[in-house]
Amino acid sequence: MKSAHAKHEWKSNTLPAMVMVGPVTLCMILLVAIPLIYVGVMSFCSIDQYYNVVFKFTTQNHLRLFSTDYLKIYGQSLAIAFLTTLFCILIGYPFSYLIARTKSKRKKLLYMLVIIPFWTNSLIRIYGWRTFLGTNGWLNTALQFLHLTSEPIDFLFKQGTTVLGMVYCLIPFMILPLYTSIEKLDTNLLEASSDLGAKKISTFLEVVLPLTAGGIFSGSIMVFIPCLGYFFVSDILGGGNSDVIGNLIERQFQSGNNWPLGAALSIILILITLLLVKLYQKMGGDMESLGM
Amino acid sequence: MGHIVEIEGVNKIYGTNHVVKDLNLTVEEGEFLTLLGSSGCGKTTTLRMIAGFEEPSSGSIKVEGESIEEKEPYERNVNTVFQSYALFPHKTIFDNIAYGLKMKKVPKDEIKKRVMEMMELVQLEGFEKRYPNQLSGGQKQRVAIARALINRPRVLLLDEPLGALDLKLRKQMQLELKRLQKKLNITFIYVTHDQEEALTMSDRIAIMHEGILDQLGTPTEIYEKPKTKFVATFIGETNIFDGCIAEITDQDITINVENGAVLGKAVGFQNGEYITVSIRPEKMKYASAPVEGFSIEAKVRDYIYVGSIVKCIAVLPNGNELKIERLAGEALPELETTIYPYWNREDAVLIHNQDQVVFQAMENIVLG
Repeated sequence: MKSAHAKHEWKSNTLPAMVMVGPVTLCMILLVAIPLIYVGVMSFCSIDQYYNVVFKFTTQNHLRLFSTDYLKIYGQSLAIAFLTTLFCILIGYPFSYLIARTKSKRKKLLYMLVIIPFWTNSLIRIYGWRTFLGTNGWLNTALQFLHLTSEPIDFLFKQGTTVLGMVYCLIPFMILPLYTSIEKLDTNLLEASSDLGAKKISTFLEVVLPLTAGGIFSGSIMVFIPCLGYFFVSDILGGGNSDVIGNLIERQFQSGNNWPLGAALSIILILITLLLVKLYQKMGGDMESLGM
Repeated sequence: MGHIVEIEGVNKIYGTNHVVKDLNLTVEEGEFLTLLGSSGCGKTTTLRMIAGFEEPSSGSIKVEGESIEEKEPYERNVNTVFQSYALFPHKTIFDNIAYGLKMKKVPKDEIKKRVMEMMELVQLEGFEKRYPNQLSGGQKQRVAIARALINRPRVLLLDEPLGALDLKLRKQMQLELKRLQKKLNITFIYVTHDQEEALTMSDRIAIMHEGILDQLGTPTEIYEKPKTKFVATFIGETNIFDGCIAEITDQDITINVENGAVLGKAVGFQNGEYITVSIRPEKMKYASAPVEGFSIEAKVRDYIYVGSIVKCIAVLPNGNELKIERLAGEALPELETTIYPYWNREDAVLIHNQDQVVFQAMENIVLG
């Protein structure tokens, strides 16, 4: 009895608990909660004639969010994100399958191929694409040298170029969860399926795909959401022809100098993200594989 | 009855690892054949080659007289029950069992009818809407068997299917499998490392040891006439004496062993040959004075009581232990007394010693 009592006393002592949880809570408050509240409050502020933020309540910023120009860009942004996700799945799935099913030392090498670009700044890598694809870039030089084309082809500043850059930047986020889910797949199940008379394609559709759907799902979320905000990709490769929501926000904070409107736009992005994550959860997605 | 599976000169090599060595094995239609051996003996690899998951490095495998090397697993008329069950976790029990028929594009009504029949056969009625993770080990096992049987294979391959079950359930499933096999009249090729399981269920047992088929025979033959030392020691308990033939008169053979001489009866042995003598503990006799032809003695050290049987452990002068087994209640020698073990010469099993070549080579070494 006595020891049980002592244990209880220890539990009710909040000091050790505070020491353990305190730093994390403090970080969350300082780095997540306060900035979020700040953005929320900011979105209801107005600006004066000199573009200074003044604490005068207005819903003007939120109403502007529904202007046709903005709605068009939301749609465009969602379309780019959708295409990017689709290409990431189409390219990422076979590649992940290959890494997960390779037994030899090549497995590590293939895995590193995905990880290493992560260590370089993505801005620099995107500029690399611009150099590569430009009218005087390597690709055009090579094509002209081979006499495949007489005039340089204009690769840059198209929606497709933005999607290419997005796929390039975000594909590791698709490959890693896919790899995990394919790796977990029990090879006995594939053998059982084949043993029971299923051809390779049936085995894929009946066994492999359903059992790795979770990986596709979490990979899609991890690609789709950042895609809405990666303004620098559409800036550098899209040249203003393929803005995403991130571009709108960036512009209000930089050249537009309208912080309250930028804050209101940020809230749209947050809402879309929450909606998608909620949807993901509803459909039985595993939060842990999103790193949450 | 014809040959349903013919394995001819099959080898399997992984890198430097020779897993199956020149295997020749013919399986008769409708029989229950067990591949028995300790882990790493090549039994599972053999099974996987029949199923088509592994390719033989050389040799041929025929099923129903047809060579199957070029056939993918899904084209072979054999089905497998996996050790880990390998049930599809995202499919219901019904869909798991129906899988083979669905792949064959059998009409829906017939699938339903046949799945229900199969579920009745393995006593799983009422479980069709459940998922594999909602079943116990024994139930999963039944699903795995039903799923493999629904395609009406000519041969069913079973890879240690009862390995994960507890002893009581395993005993029950052994009998059920045997009943199922008789009822459906399908050839079963069964892989296990459990010798008791093999003896209980099999029509014939193939004992594999380090990739080599040591002996193929009925449980009785395997137990009573082991052909190799490994088989003798692997199946049941036995007493082993290594020695050299001293004298052969007609069929009676005198063998010099380390602690004296013993007798045996066999044909096909030569004078001076190195052999192994195996005597089952229940055939071992003893006397208080030396019996003619036998000159070994031992001291009784211990008794082990195992329910219906009592085992007596006696020690030979060289420290080797000798086991004598009697039904409880039968007479056994007193502790610490010296006994003179002997046996009916027909009861001794004489085995050509595989180390023969080594012995001969050693004899030829000139010392100094």
